[in-house]
Amino acid sequence: MLSKEKLQSYWRENRNLMVVVLIIWALVSYGAALISGWLNKVVIFGFPLGYYMGAQGALIVFLLLIIFYSKKMDEIDKKYGVEEE
Amino acid sequence: MVQDSFFSRLKKVYAIYTGGLILLLILLGIGEKLFGLSPTFIGYVFLFGTIAVYAAIGILSRTGRVAEYYVAGRRVPAVFNGMATAADWMSAASFIGMAGALALQGYNGLAFIMGWTGGYVLLGVLIAPYLRKFGAYTIPDFLDARYGGKIPRLVGIIATLITSFTYLIAQITGVGIIASRLLGLPFEVGVFLGLAGILVCSFLGGMKAVTWTQVAQYIVLIIAYLIPVTVLSFKYTGNPISQISYGFALQGIEQKFAQLKDDPKEQEVREIHKKRAEELKAKIAALPQSWEEGKKQLQEKLVSLAPDDPKRAEIEKQLKDYPKSEEAKEKWTQAMKDAEAASKPPKSYVAPPTDAKGMANFLALTLMLMLGTAGLPHVIMRFYTTPTVREARTSAGWALFFILLLYITAPAYAAFGRYEMLNMVGKAFSEMPSWVEKWAKVGLITIKDLNGDGIIQFAEIKINPDMVVLATPEIAGLPYVIAGFVAAGGLAAALSTADGLLITISNAISHDLYYKIINPNLAPSTRVKIGKALLLVVALLGAYVASFKLAIIVELVAWAFSLAASSLFPALVLGIWDKRTNKYGAVAGILVGLGVTLAYLIASRFYGFELFGIKTIAAGIFGMPLNFIVAFVVSRLTPPPPKEIQEFVDNIRYPKGAVKAGAEE
Repeated sequence: MLSKEKLQSYWRENRNLMVVVLIIWALVSYGAALISGWLNKVVIFGFPLGYYMGAQGALIVFLLLIIFYSKKMDEIDKKYGVEEE
Repeated sequence: MVQDSFFSRLKKVYAIYTGGLILLLILLGIGEKLFGLSPTFIGYVFLFGTIAVYAAIGILSRTGRVAEYYVAGRRVPAVFNGMATAADWMSAASFIGMAGALALQGYNGLAFIMGWTGGYVLLGVLIAPYLRKFGAYTIPDFLDARYGGKIPRLVGIIATLITSFTYLIAQITGVGIIASRLLGLPFEVGVFLGLAGILVCSFLGGMKAVTWTQVAQYIVLIIAYLIPVTVLSFKYTGNPISQISYGFALQGIEQKFAQLKDDPKEQEVREIHKKRAEELKAKIAALPQSWEEGKKQLQEKLVSLAPDDPKRAEIEKQLKDYPKSEEAKEKWTQAMKDAEAASKPPKSYVAPPTDAKGMANFLALTLMLMLGTAGLPHVIMRFYTTPTVREARTSAGWALFFILLLYITAPAYAAFGRYEMLNMVGKAFSEMPSWVEKWAKVGLITIKDLNGDGIIQFAEIKINPDMVVLATPEIAGLPYVIAGFVAAGGLAAALSTADGLLITISNAISHDLYYKIINPNLAPSTRVKIGKALLLVVALLGAYVASFKLAIIVELVAWAFSLAASSLFPALVLGIWDKRTNKYGAVAGILVGLGVTLAYLIASRFYGFELFGIKTIAAGIFGMPLNFIVAFVVSRLTPPPPKEIQEFVDNIRYPKGAVKAGAEE
């Protein structure tokens, strides 16, 4: 069993990680949408960047975020010895 | 060890299955080329062939054990749970409707692309691992354990039933439409065929059977979705990877739009639409007399024509399509809106909404779709089935990966569809491609020479969103076998979602309501039997409602997201992340969130009420934050949750160890 302090510090690390992930999540979707008119001036291989972010870019970042979060959580679990047997 | 060999056996089985599927495609393709197999025959092979396979999986997975029936024995590896979740999640709307909506709406349609994927980040980070650690069977189970008592459970049951049932009816309707298009069967027959297809997957084996058929259905739907667009991309650019090749189409669309904006012929057609909109407006204002007059005029005209007059057929058709008196207002209003939209010059395909209201609605809709995704019971349920908390986390990643294969392809479909549509503009009506005629017959595309110049104008084309995916095989010049396979893919998408919903609804009634509240002394085997009986009842009820083919159903599905986002999502997130939230706060939050959202839905849909440009579809944007605020404030005004519950929250927060409440049976 973990001590109360240990558990709190485990949860704090998790929460900070969650906040970072959700900030990036909001930036690539809502942030990019808000400035998409401006991003559309950049055109790569025929793709206006603002449109591309909504159609594919944000989605790929979402996937990377979930992968990043689960990798990081594995590390934190190990650090505190709370991983499943 | 046992789990490892189970995993490798699963991989082998599904690899053989995929190989068999591709072999079947090739054989049918050869059959079509060499022996001239008819489209109807190929359609039957796909329909009954795929349903037979799903049924076989369903029968092999039959079970009478509670844990297998409710959560597939909690031994579904992350990759396979990802595939099953993807199939569970992607409905007929994702498969057939989404690309078309994107083609018609341009940038605005991206709300669906981002909204229906971004929710998985919230699920994977905020909800899924903790619910898996808790390890019960349903969402009301969690609400009961976390907030204590029957009332939170009951509120959870109500929210689950409201969101899932409308969704289920839409899926059964989708099955009916696809079956009727694929085989030319009447819609009602299609509905009951679909019902049989859903029941064989879920009746005998509950969640266990649903899981393994959903994996099989995912494989069908993703192959079916990717083949046509890949070939079309290769045809256009020599690059088969449509997801990166469609930039040229975006540029082509924008150039054509710029040309069409001030084209005099286009303006002429737009004027015709404008006049039509004004006429309809006058007719609506003069209801009900205008309805009587319109009908009388048509009847008199028919009488005045000679029996062999070729115009007769046209008038007869108009009379047949004439709206019933009670539908006239709704139908004419819709027609007026369509005409008004067609009277305006086309908007840029890639530019975001330029006004603040449009942008506010876009952002609100995206947020509602994301939060709704993370709060929909049939999706969350899937995360109870993984063996560990760790796999619940990775499984969210796999689910999103398998969903992305389709979602990053949809914009390519959309761009190609729009590009092809614009390519027709400026050509003579006599040069119309043959696929247009075929789809015009079933009413998915209407194209009329309104200004009588013999040339196709953009404003003269009207397409149904479903057309884009369905017509792509023909646009790409592929044999019928591929078009048939695409229909089978759409069927798989609708069936797999319906399965997940059906089991969610019947569990909410049999497990949460009957077993947990009404009669807790049931033997495990009786519980499973009751679950199965309810499954049958709910499925029949769903099919019965679907057979009416109500127009409102499609809209109701969109409502489900706002409702889930403003009811269950806050209660789940606060339950895990805020220890201080108690029973009173959670229940008050859900009731206020649900109430405000329903009120806005009804006021905006039926009475034209609107705040800050928010449309009906994003209605939850008011109820959702209110739910959070009310739950937060009420919890702090009332006593904190008891010590056991605080310990329970600590318990679900880290993966190791068992949770006392809601332990396995």
